Amino acid sequence: MAETDFIPDDDDELDEDVKTFMFVARRAPYGTIYAHEGLEMVLITGAFDQDVTVVFMDDGVFQIVKGQDTQAIGMKNFSPTFRALEGYDIEKLYVEKESIEARGLSPGDFVVPVEVKAADEIAALMAEQDVIISS
Amino acid sequence: MKFCVLVNEGPFNHQASDSAYHFVKAALDKGHEVMRVFFYHDGVNNANRLSAPQQDDRNIVKLWSELGKEHDLDLVVCVAAALRRGLKEEILAEGFRISGLGQLIEAGMESDRFVEFGD
Amino acid sequence: MLHTVNKSPFERRSLASCLRYAREGDAVLFYEDGVYALRVGAETSIELAAAKHLNLYALGPDLEARGIGAGQVLKEVKIVDYGGFVDLAAENGPVQSWL
Repeated sequence: MAETDFIPDDDDELDEDVKTFMFVARRAPYGTIYAHEGLEMVLITGAFDQDVTVVFMDDGVFQIVKGQDTQAIGMKNFSPTFRALEGYDIEKLYVEKESIEARGLSPGDFVVPVEVKAADEIAALMAEQDVIISS
Repeated sequence: MKFCVLVNEGPFNHQASDSAYHFVKAALDKGHEVMRVFFYHDGVNNANRLSAPQQDDRNIVKLWSELGKEHDLDLVVCVAAALRRGLKEEILAEGFRISGLGQLIEAGMESDRFVEFGD
Repeated sequence: MLHTVNKSPFERRSLASCLRYAREGDAVLFYEDGVYALRVGAETSIELAAAKHLNLYALGPDLEARGIGAGQVLKEVKIVDYGGFVDLAAENGPVQSWL
């Protein structure tokens, strides 16, 4: 991380309240950079001890599928990095039921343990968030 | 209200930066505070002072610089996204600063409303 | 909450995703190319006109830019300016941008 990154510690004067952040991952990896740079946002949030949820929906579900081999396209395979989220206490990883069904995927297809939730359940959670960031 | 705005796209290619600009301007006109405008992904290109659009078109980079100056806005460009795209300190437009992605999260924590503009 | 849709439903399926998530009383603001969903006669107009549980808004400047007159927009839609956009965000937070 760059030296200019601000990593808070106990002495820092920040709003004491913990806010709820929901990251909504809607795009497939590699075709565009949003998935990769979106993951970087999630990782940095891990350093701030906030209440974080990551939702994979639409083509975002493809970010975490197993078996990605990017050697021939010459890009970095960042899917293993999703396993680092647990180390930051980011454990609320949800995939939208409607999106995986439409794409013929099932929970066993993913590189990390995820909970499948229906859109209406995620929608209720979404409405309770302080900050929603889509990528 | 304290707003934080995220801009994901560069000038001209997408309308995102224009929309964000008009939104921020309207928020300020209404007396709200815009505590930070954060530029990520190709949004970092909004800080490129070398942008030279046609004379009869809006100069998006200059518009942000001027708005920033007029209202003392914190216009922050993500360092990692900027490095990837060759946006360096020496070509940074007036009023912008380069900093870490943590500034976006901090702004999310400190603001009342978070609004994202992109493609 | 406030949902925003800025892409045309004929280009991208973000409107469909938005409608899976917008709940009773939520505000949905269409702006940029998203306003094309609101034209009377567009395929999307039927579903949107029937969405009585939602409060629909369109950004006037984006309608004007695209030559969509007030009479060509679904009557269920309230037209707002950028100030109105700000008000919607302030009054309905949080905001989810369906890009």
